[in-house]
Amino acid sequence: MLVLGIESSCDETAAAVVSDGTSLLSNVVASQIDVHSKFGGVVPEIASRKHIEVIIQVIEQALDDAGVTLDDIDGIAGTRGPGLIGSLLVGLSVAKSIAFMKDIPFVGVNHVEGHVAAIFLTEEKPEFPFVALVVSGGHTNIYLVADSGSFRTLGQTRDDAAGEAFDKGAKMLGLGYPGGIVIDRLSKGGNPAFVKFPRSMKGSIDFSFSGLKTSLLYYIKKRETPVTEDELPHIVASYQDAIVDVLVDKTLKAAEEYSLSRVVIAGGVAANSRLRDIFHERAGGKGIEVFIPPPVLCTDNAAMIAVVGDNLLKRGERGSFDLNAISRWPLDFPGEI
Amino acid sequence: MNLTLISNSIGDTINLGSIIGENLNGGEIIALTGELGSGKTCLTRGIARGMGISEEFYITSPTFTLINEYPGRIPLYHLDVYRLSGSKDLEDLGYEEYFYGKGAIVIEWAEKIKDIIPPDSIFIYLKYLEEEKREIEISYEGDKASKIIKRVNEEVLSKWH
Repeated sequence: MLVLGIESSCDETAAAVVSDGTSLLSNVVASQIDVHSKFGGVVPEIASRKHIEVIIQVIEQALDDAGVTLDDIDGIAGTRGPGLIGSLLVGLSVAKSIAFMKDIPFVGVNHVEGHVAAIFLTEEKPEFPFVALVVSGGHTNIYLVADSGSFRTLGQTRDDAAGEAFDKGAKMLGLGYPGGIVIDRLSKGGNPAFVKFPRSMKGSIDFSFSGLKTSLLYYIKKRETPVTEDELPHIVASYQDAIVDVLVDKTLKAAEEYSLSRVVIAGGVAANSRLRDIFHERAGGKGIEVFIPPPVLCTDNAAMIAVVGDNLLKRGERGSFDLNAISRWPLDFPGEI
Repeated sequence: MNLTLISNSIGDTINLGSIIGENLNGGEIIALTGELGSGKTCLTRGIARGMGISEEFYITSPTFTLINEYPGRIPLYHLDVYRLSGSKDLEDLGYEEYFYGKGAIVIEWAEKIKDIIPPDSIFIYLKYLEEEKREIEISYEGDKASKIIKRVNEEVLSKWH
């Protein structure tokens, strides 16, 4: 079965074609393709109007890259939530329109479930049940995934998401955007024990990164001299480790608490090289297997939406044409709350 | 008009937020300005509690999600325009629906979109003084905002210190 996935929940406009929920035929993300020739220099981001401007071209590109036409597509999967209503509606409306026009089924997909499902596009696929960490600019959640589509929240952030801690930390230190990538690169060779940043919420599976952000602020304010270029790699390495440490510790702790031997790491921050290394390093000793998609499938994409869509369609689910986008959609609940 | 308060702790900031939240009836816009780590999200957490939003909802930062909605006595729309380049981006997001709806709105980094914030909004400036200490200045005009801040001031005087 060929499924066309469409994603427009936040910044990225994306489309992808996936075969049988496991094989990636194409994966197009608007901000990553040749924007200058294709979009006249406009980088699509944030705004729903920008999604509208590029979504058709992104879908056409995904079909072209896969070497198929709309006539070959068996079903459509569009992101239904969580996200910005205005942005979500663009992708969802296009998904419905194509389904109506071609008389093929479509389903609405949860974006966060998509992040976890991206792992099924890789060679090494985990068996259920497993613990999943979804970590990005907007999410930091630990789930118990009992089966396909069956999620239970074990832990979540009480304030900032981990990706936000990276970006705001980078901003305070006058580094570029996106902060996660800059810190990842700059911290290589840095000494992570240079500054002792706090690890919060010890003993809990919930997260808090607001205190870490504030402690970096205090560290900068209390200094009598500005941060030098030589110190910078050490400071960012220390800051990065404070984030990585709690992400790894709490996820492995959740796996141990629920006696599960597999963990899946997903979301944009899962592209961080230090996080990937430390997860593999610490899980090994505990007999826990770690599954992390390649970076291109960690950041927002539509392939992951197509994977969930494939599964829903095979179970016989069908979205109706009055299906609405929803901004808040916790995975523990099958529908809107 | 202005009201300047000193918060000596995160607890003080949350308390102030809670008092503000209790006095909101819908349609208010609260525009927050202050550097990273000055307590904007913390103040919003207090406002949410004061508005009767259940503790089950963690008030998380909307920096990436841009708008977080919470169901309370009246809905709270928590906006963060940190990642936007200006008010034009907000137009693209369809902000009018929130600005002129029945909920209360809290906007972080409001100075980035000051050209579209109505003058009868409540403007709050948070300033880092030392580790736990913040100066919180509330600036307002118009009858509706004045009434709210008058009550907030009375309650702060009776409840603080």
